[in-house]
Amino acid sequence: MSEVKLFRTWSSPYALRIVWALELKGIDYETIFEDLSNKSQLLLQYNPVHKKVPVLVHNGKVISESLVIIEYIEDTWKDTPLLPEDPYERATARFWAKFNDDKLLPSIWQVFVTQGKEQEEAIPVATENLSFIEEDLKGKKFFGGQTIGLVDITIGWMANLISVFIEITGINLIDADKFPLLFGWMQNFSDVPVIKESWPPHDKLVIKFRAIRESYLSADVPK
Amino acid sequence: MAEELILLNIWASPFGMRVRIALAEKGVDGYETREENLQNMSPLLLQMNPVHKKIPVLIHNGRPVCESLIIVQYIDEVWKRGSPLLPSDPYRRAHARFWADYVDKKLYSLGKLIWLTTGEAAAKEELIGCFKLLEGELGDKTYFGGDSFGFVDVSLISFYRWFNVFEHFGNFSMVVECPKLVAWAHRCAERESVSKCLPNEQEFFDFVVELRKKAMTK
Repeated sequence: MSEVKLFRTWSSPYALRIVWALELKGIDYETIFEDLSNKSQLLLQYNPVHKKVPVLVHNGKVISESLVIIEYIEDTWKDTPLLPEDPYERATARFWAKFNDDKLLPSIWQVFVTQGKEQEEAIPVATENLSFIEEDLKGKKFFGGQTIGLVDITIGWMANLISVFIEITGINLIDADKFPLLFGWMQNFSDVPVIKESWPPHDKLVIKFRAIRESYLSADVPK
Repeated sequence: MAEELILLNIWASPFGMRVRIALAEKGVDGYETREENLQNMSPLLLQMNPVHKKIPVLIHNGRPVCESLIIVQYIDEVWKRGSPLLPSDPYRRAHARFWADYVDKKLYSLGKLIWLTTGEAAAKEELIGCFKLLEGELGDKTYFGGDSFGFVDVSLISFYRWFNVFEHFGNFSMVVECPKLVAWAHRCAERESVSKCLPNEQEFFDFVVELRKKAMTK
């Protein structure tokens, strides 16, 4: 019987970061895929507050909220640390992880699920957010330095989904000329064996996200 | 090397209050507080928090730490004296982080729907629901942290002055809806670290009334 269970969907960026944390630390775990249109009783019991995935269950102890889960994994399994030891550097890593969830990801998502004027207005917001994290990569291969860490696995969804978004919308937010460091990072990150092995299939992602974009656009009520 | 500690803050901010309480809990009081004005931010604030342009920012020996809960964790990790704000057990730490995150995700935005609008019933129900959930989590414990005042307590007590703002504009009574939570808040307010950081009740209330007036005439 597995000690560690991860409830997730196959494509969610929030879930993938947990997969990467577990894989990087060599932790054995069982995956339970959830269908968000038909959530299991177990999920609702484990996460009654937010009713979301990912949820980690470790020896019966339930943890939810992806960044909380990663900190738990970091506190529990000490191999291959994802956070530096120095408190200031830890605070900085936590800052960028939160920035991704609060600002970066939503701003890129906003470009993806809109069109026309709304999309035109969304692009500079996303671009500004990208320029902030581009700054943090100066002099480093990964956000974590020589090896990948918390920020890399939190922002790593971009290395996975930006190409999917380009294919669907034709918009490339991470141009190699504009963001050379991020562009290089996406390649370096994707090349890490643990990451490569857990990449969801590109074609399947395109189908799924194309459908999501279409549902947002058709729900658009003219103002 | 002399330690230099500067806090960029706004007197009424619950987020800034978290930092001040955490520092007080650790017995750190030799720091400078600079009052910011978000309509006219200091060059230092813009330099130290270019990403969000917000307070609080804790500048420790010239290096900025931003985002209130991240600052509180930083304080807990740097100043080891006194009781730790986060427990040492990983699961209890995760539990504390989850509930502090819940306060952040829900309270401020739900609260805004109460005091910035004219009594939306659904928002009021949701806010009360949020408080009841927190009360359920507190249970019969002295503090959210158990016997010791901890991370979740710091995260939530910083909203104490907002309680009667919500009551007033939402037209409900906190002590009726969640008496245990109110009792907890009084306990926390008796701690020196909290009482010296709480803004004056009337001054705070008047400040919010002004903010509301300005926002509603826009």
